[in-house]
Amino acid sequence: MHFREAALVLPPGFYRERLEGMASTNLEVGAGGRAGATRGRRQLSDRSLQRLFILPTLILLIVWNVFPLFYSLYLSFTEYSVISREAPVWVGFENYAWVLNNDGLWESFATTGTFALLSVAIQTVLGFGLAMLLREKFKGSGLVTTLLLIPMMLSPVVVGLFWTVIFNPSFGIFNYLIGFTNPAVAPDWLALPNTALWAVVIVDVWMWTPFVMLLVLSGLSAIPEYLYEAAAIDRASAWFQFRRITLPQVAPLLLIAVLFRTIEAFKAFDLVMGLTGGGPGDATEVVAVNLYRLAFLGQFRTGRASALAYVVLVIIIAVSNLYIRYLNKIRDAD
Amino acid sequence: MRTLWKVLLLTAILALGVGSVVTAQETVDELTIIWAEWAPSDYLQQIGNLYEEETGIAVNVIQEPWGTYFDRVSAEWAAQGDAFDMVVGDSQWLGQAATQGHYVDLTDFLTSEGIDETVTPATLTYYGEYPTGSGRYWSYPTEGDADGWAYRTDLFEDPEEMAAFEAEYGYPLAVPETWMQLMDIAKFFTRPDEGLYGSAIYTQIDYDALTMGVENVLFSWGADWKDENNNVQGVVNSPEAVSALEFYRELYACCQPPGMSNAFFQEVNDAYVAGQVAMAMNYFAFFPALANPQSNPYAEVTGYFANPAGPDGDRFAALGGQGTSINAYISPERQQAAMDFIRWFAQEEIQQQWAQLGGYTTNSNVLNSPEFLEVAPYNAAFAETMTFVKDFWNIPIFGSLLSIAQTEMHEYIVGGEGTAQEALDTIAEEWDEILRDEGVIE
Repeated sequence: MHFREAALVLPPGFYRERLEGMASTNLEVGAGGRAGATRGRRQLSDRSLQRLFILPTLILLIVWNVFPLFYSLYLSFTEYSVISREAPVWVGFENYAWVLNNDGLWESFATTGTFALLSVAIQTVLGFGLAMLLREKFKGSGLVTTLLLIPMMLSPVVVGLFWTVIFNPSFGIFNYLIGFTNPAVAPDWLALPNTALWAVVIVDVWMWTPFVMLLVLSGLSAIPEYLYEAAAIDRASAWFQFRRITLPQVAPLLLIAVLFRTIEAFKAFDLVMGLTGGGPGDATEVVAVNLYRLAFLGQFRTGRASALAYVVLVIIIAVSNLYIRYLNKIRDAD
Repeated sequence: MRTLWKVLLLTAILALGVGSVVTAQETVDELTIIWAEWAPSDYLQQIGNLYEEETGIAVNVIQEPWGTYFDRVSAEWAAQGDAFDMVVGDSQWLGQAATQGHYVDLTDFLTSEGIDETVTPATLTYYGEYPTGSGRYWSYPTEGDADGWAYRTDLFEDPEEMAAFEAEYGYPLAVPETWMQLMDIAKFFTRPDEGLYGSAIYTQIDYDALTMGVENVLFSWGADWKDENNNVQGVVNSPEAVSALEFYRELYACCQPPGMSNAFFQEVNDAYVAGQVAMAMNYFAFFPALANPQSNPYAEVTGYFANPAGPDGDRFAALGGQGTSINAYISPERQQAAMDFIRWFAQEEIQQQWAQLGGYTTNSNVLNSPEFLEVAPYNAAFAETMTFVKDFWNIPIFGSLLSIAQTEMHEYIVGGEGTAQEALDTIAEEWDEILRDEGVIE
């Protein structure tokens, strides 16, 4: 309902009473009262009210998002520790040079990239597969879908902690399920450098495949049935239908799912901390864990941590842009 | 309009004035202490309740989980906040807190009233003094703590086990006097088919656990983190340090239960309580859980011993524990009230009560009293350990040094990658660079 329409249902004289009230208040204050009343009337215009309603959100956004964003950008060019009582000292691009020349951080980026690639690729394939299976309605399909969604509703820290129990070689069920019945020779997934990252990927896939499945499922349900009917009349094979109808129709939503998951994978932190703490050594030390160590845990290198955060931000924006361009290309092709 | 502004201004001035008067006359009727979430905090709350009975000033102990304890305190420092009056903080924080002005300097208070002479010298140095040797104190040593061992007496005193051990190793099975004997015992009891392993040791990478575990052997091997001039090259990666790290790795590889690749106090106690291990390394502060039959089915058959000696007879234990400091951002009245509490708390009879409750007193007289040694089964080992404790760096950049040590040692010990020499060479190299950048090394 437009504001003007809303005003129509207000009691008669609603505005008049208020304006008179304001005018009398202004008169009591002093000679400028009438001018004040005029100003008050002007402030109550539709546009002013719209601005008034937007203002709280705008202030919150500025205080919680915009200011920290620009302040941290400033801090990234300074030598500063948040717990010291010393003002930030401008050091130019020194922090960025440190980040870009730090071998350990590049290793973290490589670990993050590997994790994101493996995790998102497997989630996409499995999520798509599950959605295709659940597309056909069967008895209890609603319940199955709901149950499949549970992992993504859990807290990553909780998931990390209970998967450490599942992976435990002594009493965890994971090794048993894959055929290692003797704990003495079963692999310790979280302790071995060549399996620890896979362990994190497995848990991430378990947790977030339902998210991809959900988006693909909604894409599949939106495909008009007549497309398949027309293809069937033309005797198109199932593979042809999948390649020429299903995949193109679902692609935009699938890409959005992949985009979200890629961004999240680059920011992975709580799951990794809960599972391995970044270990063994730095085998699973993704960039967010590295950033946390730099910003907190006794180091408090706020300037350097801000610079690293901005490098991560630039990478995420660049990767996201690639996805979005591809997404737009698909839409244009349609 | 101008009149309105004048009225508003006058009101503001009056409000400020009244506020100042109120502030000047501030009476303190409650004190807040922040500490980690564990049993000693409960004991401190009970001590605080006694203080309230005597003085009418309530003492509230806020407990923060260990994982977020430092984050919580440092966030308050960053905000220069007054959410707590006192903090029972780690020894490693001293450098940061002292140099950055978060703690009140307690030197005059502790020395003029003789409180400094009531506690053991080692605890005063490690928990209270910064810089080391300067004679400037920032904390009252409150909870003494260090690493020690719990062991299964039913296994150690089983005649068949004793005979088998002596037959295999040529000496009687008993509490180990050297780390090498500890290794023999750990290997002897490691029987994966029975679900039994020799020992549980610290391996956690998250904060400082692994480094604290390694310190026990590193210092006992005659190695150190630095020399008297803070040099690290040739010290951290000395042959003794390499040998000590290889020993710790071997102890982990041979005798740690599977799945304990990121283990700290909780995981170690869990393994012991589950009957998985014959011996468990842990801070003494976590042994009450093992002495309690309700939480440990082996409580009646659990003994405790202090760290054994290294190859040349050196004995050291990694320091735990904390000291009470006063928040510099509270009002002078609250600072005075906090000092009054510390003065009261430091009295010998209160320290006796603190010890009886389960707190690890640092008071020399109480620590050596027969009552203390007998009040808990692990107290004798604790009192012995507190004579040979040693700590990590406590300079403001300790966090950067710790992070490197944790990663490199975890990679070698848990990940099994590279050699001890390579791990320690990397630590020495990176530490050297940081220490020179920060001016710690000229």
